[in-house]
Amino acid sequence: MANMAQAIRMALHYAETNYELKDVFGQDVGAPLGGVFTATQGIKCAWNSPLDERGIIGMAMGIAMTGDRCVAEIQFVDYIFNTIDLLKIAGNTLWCTNGQYNLPMTVMTPVGAGIRGSVYHSHSFDAWASRLAGWKVVMPSNPLDAYGLLLSCILDPNPTMFLKPKALMRVRGEELIPGEPADEKELKNMIDAPIGDRSTWKANWPKIQEYLVPFGVGKITRTGSQITVVSYGRHLLVCNEVADQLAQEGYSIEVIDLRSIYPYDWQMIKSSVQKTGRVLFVNEDTEVTNFGEHLSYRVTQELFYELQARPRVIAGKHVPGIGLHPNLEDASVPQKHEIADAIKEICGEIP
Amino acid sequence: MCITLRQFQTGAGLLNYSFKCGISQVFLIYFFRMKKTSVSSSKKSASSNKALLMKNKPVEKSKQPAKINFGGLSKEILLQMHSHMVKTRVLEERLIKIYRAGESYFWIGGPGEEAWGVPLGMLAKKGQGPEYDYLHLHYRCSPTLIAMGLDMVDSIRMMMNRATDPNTGGRNFSNHFVIPKWNIAPVTSPLEVQYPIACGTAHVQKRTGKKALTIVTGGDAGTAEGDFASALILASRKGQELPMLITVQNNKWGISTSYEGQHGETFIADRARAFNIKSQVINGNDPVEVYLTVKEDMEYIRKTGKPAFIEAMVSRLYGHSSASGANPIQNEVDPVKDFEKKLLQAGLLKESEVKELWANFEAEGVRATEIARAEGVPSADSIWDHTYKGSENADWRKF
Repeated sequence: MANMAQAIRMALHYAETNYELKDVFGQDVGAPLGGVFTATQGIKCAWNSPLDERGIIGMAMGIAMTGDRCVAEIQFVDYIFNTIDLLKIAGNTLWCTNGQYNLPMTVMTPVGAGIRGSVYHSHSFDAWASRLAGWKVVMPSNPLDAYGLLLSCILDPNPTMFLKPKALMRVRGEELIPGEPADEKELKNMIDAPIGDRSTWKANWPKIQEYLVPFGVGKITRTGSQITVVSYGRHLLVCNEVADQLAQEGYSIEVIDLRSIYPYDWQMIKSSVQKTGRVLFVNEDTEVTNFGEHLSYRVTQELFYELQARPRVIAGKHVPGIGLHPNLEDASVPQKHEIADAIKEICGEIP
Repeated sequence: MCITLRQFQTGAGLLNYSFKCGISQVFLIYFFRMKKTSVSSSKKSASSNKALLMKNKPVEKSKQPAKINFGGLSKEILLQMHSHMVKTRVLEERLIKIYRAGESYFWIGGPGEEAWGVPLGMLAKKGQGPEYDYLHLHYRCSPTLIAMGLDMVDSIRMMMNRATDPNTGGRNFSNHFVIPKWNIAPVTSPLEVQYPIACGTAHVQKRTGKKALTIVTGGDAGTAEGDFASALILASRKGQELPMLITVQNNKWGISTSYEGQHGETFIADRARAFNIKSQVINGNDPVEVYLTVKEDMEYIRKTGKPAFIEAMVSRLYGHSSASGANPIQNEVDPVKDFEKKLLQAGLLKESEVKELWANFEAEGVRATEIARAEGVPSADSIWDHTYKGSENADWRKF
């Protein structure tokens, strides 16, 4: 069973073999390292860029302008902020040119806390990304979705952003990627670069097949009737865990993995909330002007008279950074007990 | 000796100025640099222009005053350059009139860059796709596009925000051109972003291997942005050099901030030199010097696959934009009038021909304005169009 880094690697290999993906680049993306999370090891078209985020994004835009597909990586999303105007331009190029220049480019970047990454390896970007009109934005919670979403990103004619939850890069899923060997060790021997000299190493790729997760299609990971919990990425797994724990106490919780942040699966949220009458949105980006707030607003506007309780949003604290000490990090991003408490509180609310 | 950059344009060129004013250490360096370039440029252009000169009747030296040097360019090329320069000037002044008449919200454009932009447009390998040259231009690029065949009415449609504007559909400011069929990348208001973006098209051209190149233009003030350094770095990595003509049009101003107010380097070209990029400073108000230099550099890039850099000293004849009044600036060289005067002195043009040329373009501008004025404007419901390819998912209310 592949972990998320291996799934991303296999998606890139599939795309360079079948989708004419010609450039995968960024800082330390090429040989010998193959990315700080090893997600680009063995990719033939991977190359190392200078340590220059604006150069990386600008170059991706230029490559895309010619019609060639590319995947550009920003090593940690914490370093993407100095490219925000380029991201804005990438998102508005089709619009500003009245439909004449589309940019088929994908930016992938690790996001979120969970690895004790301190102030500049713990940022989230989903709320920021949701404001970049013209971009499609996804965040997987498991390797199979990572594979399917990344392939959708690469095939899409628009700028797409693939947010990698860095804490999940070594987490294995429950479903095989089509064509993936079931034995973890076998896969590792085939596609993980060896420690030490890699100068002659080449990946021995399994015969993986196309698997696409469409944009704007969520997935119900737990069915329930009392409350809807909507999340994505790392916190989707936390929400699943909380739902399983609370199920033992008699709670019936429906969990939605949104998968796509933009466009998002409103119809799935809507039908679930119409069923449960209660909803909680969970993510780890900071809480003021959070993407969950947009979803909560929409629920309030469109489903107000079907609600049994106030919608809630649990998000990262509105603080300038995530401190290194576990006490600081844990106090800054949503924890299991907060989610559990909120679910109980919402379920206990009587209209 | 103290020579400011503003003085640069008042002489025929840096080389001449060095002679006139005495040679400081700094200018001594540039004297030799320019002299070497100038010599090799003449030799190269003499041979590379051979085929062209066979086709076009060369200027007869005996009929030219000795002090006017047209670098061996044919009469046809010289008159073509002049015609494009005049047409551009008439167009830009027409745009300013449209602004003053209250028929547009904002003007920004290229009066003063005709001698730079026109030869560039004439020399670019025009077409669509990586086999042809890509041009990442800034908003003073009308001379280049006129030389490439831009119809006046399409610039005026953009100026008047018409739905028929083929560039942006009435969505963007004047001179923010978008012409995919000529590989004209979208002109953006944020300055300097075009430089790293240009590296991307050059990267694909290198892979394509058809000797096409990427041209990027921008002003001197914008070089303070990190994007300028990004492009120099990306274009010059050893063994991974990019086929790019990286250029700066130095008009010595960033809106109201002088060159001296934001630059410590003597010439911006010095920065390219530090990256081992072939680098030249030229008089961008002289279309002959521009033509020969750009031609030489394009040949070098196509042959070696490596970048070249040109800093062209140019004028800014109507200030930054309509925001600063768009009034004529009197103390700057007018490259159109300057070149026209030389052509008249050389007997390559007659006064009557000059008057007729200006009048014809003026009439074309008036007709184009009338056409654009009568055309429709974008509809309010079109805001969702082209948010995404195929206009899918544009409005979240419809998810």
